[in-house]
Amino acid sequence: MSSVTVAQAINTALADALAEDPSVVVFGEDVGALGGVFRITDGLTGAYGEDRCFDTPLAESGIVGVAVGMAMNGLRPVVEMQFDAFAYPAFEQIASHVAKMRNRTRGAVTLPMVIRIPYAGGIGGVEHHCDSSESYYAHTPGLTVVTPATAEDAYSLLREAIASPDPVIFLEPKRLYWSRAEATLPAKTEPFGRAAVRRAGRDATLVAYGPSVPVAMQAAEAAVAEGWDLEVVDLRTLVPLDDATVMASVAKTGRAVVVAEAQGFASVASEVAARIAEQCFHVLEAPVRRVTGLDIPYPPPKLEHHHLPNVDRVLDAVATLQWEDA
Amino acid sequence: MVAPSGSALLPPPEPVQLIDPQGARAPEARAAGHAVPDAATLLAAHRALVRGRRFDRQATALVKQGRLAVYPSAHGQEAAEVGAVLALRATDWLFPTYRDSVALVTRGIDPVEVLTLLRGDWHCGYDPIAHRTGPQCTPLATQAPHAVGVAYAARARGEDTVVLAFLGDGATSEGDFHEAMNFAAVFQAPVVFFVQNNRYAISVPLARQTAAPSLAHKAVGYGVPGIGVDGNDVAAVLAVVGAAAERARTGGGPTLVEAHTYRMDAHTNADDASRYRSDEEVAAWRDRDPLDRITAHLRGAGLLDAALEAEIAAQAEADAADLRERLPAGPVPGGDELFAHVYASPTPQLRDQAERLRAEQAADELEDAR
Ligand SMILES: Cc1ncc(C[n+]2csc(CCOP(=O)(O)OP(=O)(O)O)c2C)c(N)n1
Ligand SMILES: [Mg+2]
Repeated sequence: MSSVTVAQAINTALADALAEDPSVVVFGEDVGALGGVFRITDGLTGAYGEDRCFDTPLAESGIVGVAVGMAMNGLRPVVEMQFDAFAYPAFEQIASHVAKMRNRTRGAVTLPMVIRIPYAGGIGGVEHHCDSSESYYAHTPGLTVVTPATAEDAYSLLREAIASPDPVIFLEPKRLYWSRAEATLPAKTEPFGRAAVRRAGRDATLVAYGPSVPVAMQAAEAAVAEGWDLEVVDLRTLVPLDDATVMASVAKTGRAVVVAEAQGFASVASEVAARIAEQCFHVLEAPVRRVTGLDIPYPPPKLEHHHLPNVDRVLDAVATLQWEDA
Repeated sequence: MVAPSGSALLPPPEPVQLIDPQGARAPEARAAGHAVPDAATLLAAHRALVRGRRFDRQATALVKQGRLAVYPSAHGQEAAEVGAVLALRATDWLFPTYRDSVALVTRGIDPVEVLTLLRGDWHCGYDPIAHRTGPQCTPLATQAPHAVGVAYAARARGEDTVVLAFLGDGATSEGDFHEAMNFAAVFQAPVVFFVQNNRYAISVPLARQTAAPSLAHKAVGYGVPGIGVDGNDVAAVLAVVGAAAERARTGGGPTLVEAHTYRMDAHTNADDASRYRSDEEVAAWRDRDPLDRITAHLRGAGLLDAALEAEIAAQAEADAADLRERLPAGPVPGGDELFAHVYASPTPQLRDQAERLRAEQAADELEDAR
């Protein structure tokens, strides 16, 4: 065990994948000599050569489209989009080809490729650098959508993504890049499609993912003083979604709050809340609540605190869960 | 090999032509250094053209009979389609569009499988890996970066594979055309970008797509050689694409080939071409028919006699009869197929939905049985 950041865990996962599998190639904008604007690919070109980790022209659609062709022909591309909002030029390739190629060809063409996207806010970034874009991807059948919240998950889920026969959108909560935890690498955590119970509790379930997991954890700790014992479920993969773990938790607690930084309208949080309402209606003591970002374009740095879910908002939501009837 | 630069990238002043519309040898100046392919190659191209045209006419008839949902015809463009495919090796890759069914048939893909998409049974009926041919692509120009990726991967393995991407004139206005050209140039990927300039994108004429002197000129900005070719002269298409493929194969990087041609039919059966082009314009292109041209040339050269023509025509008729007979036989996939290929293994949510669809169908069948 040693102290590891999420950024280091991702870097190590890329390095280990490059070392183990000669078909893995890493490319994108500034990922070579610079090591990426977040330094996630730091040292990879030096260690594995320019054929394995390289810079491309500034062309996000081209980067993803070329990766599609490479994946059709024996390589395992791992591409970096520089920021969430700069992946939008690639959306046509992602929605029309990355997501659909296997289905279109009835399994004849598979696309083992990973699109890494630093996403979400909380870092004081200016416009176009803080979008929570996960719902676009989660809404697109054919994509696997992963978002780690811990260093060990960052390593393990990225290795699983690179080894996957299907394309994976790997969403890296950029505000967690520098968060440290005791971890041993290489780590092997639960596979895709399994949520993790990060904190066991009896009174209510907080469902969170990616950048909102620490918020939910802090809220659960603060709730102790209020006399609430909260369970925290980290989804880890948005697609496939682990209904079973979420529903088992809510069946136990009878109350649920979904916490997510993305704007709430038509969101992953909405989907999770709807599924809980459908599947757990008879055990619910109170309506399912959502604590999400506001339905606004991501605010400027000095106003972002208005937008982001925080401990107080989570506790306020928990307070509305009809405790008087308990 | 030194990459060409500056004015060496510019297309010749006129599209390359080797055989004129009457079937005679074109003036030497039009050849731009290209030679007429040998007799065997021309005869093979002629046969493929006859068969490609017969296929295209058959598919058009099948739409009228309601046996295909839609068919974007390549009538008038067959020399471009056939020439581009026959200039390559079977181990080279193609990335076709919805327009290029004749190219796929020429490659040897079963016409029944080619028409799966247009019949409405599935999105792609053939195995792209087995045929080294991408699925027919509908979102314009989005297949171009795929061609670059396949080419890059092949070269990384030390193979001498070439990849040809088909595009329309309208598609050259799309961002992915630009991104793919630029990527291919920067990485010197072995790609031939083959643009069939048939003068229209549905109804929109070329003048609304570009102010460039020609589409081939667009290559220069990427540091790629551009070349125009008479797309209704199969000999010229074979020669020009062959040279571009050879350049790519030997490490010379990508080329942009613009084939000047014309779509004789409407965009698809759902289109009314009389709203945007005149009968006179269409008639002028009928005089430049690609099949008439190569037929006249081969007859004139004594390479094609009545017996051989009859044999080829009979083969094309047999193809068409075979297609008519086998087309409806393709089994329509069952509802389970909808869930089977979304992921390597379906998500729990997809398994639930598949289960519900099965239950729904079982209930319907029970209802029908009563
Ligand atoms: C991205 C995108 N936009 C619009 C369309 C609708 N569309 C289909 S074919 C076509 C015209 C394309 O013209 P061109 O590239 O010249 O090819 P042609 O059909 O003439 O072979 C259009 C606009 C599409 N398929 N994809
Ligand atoms: Mg056109």
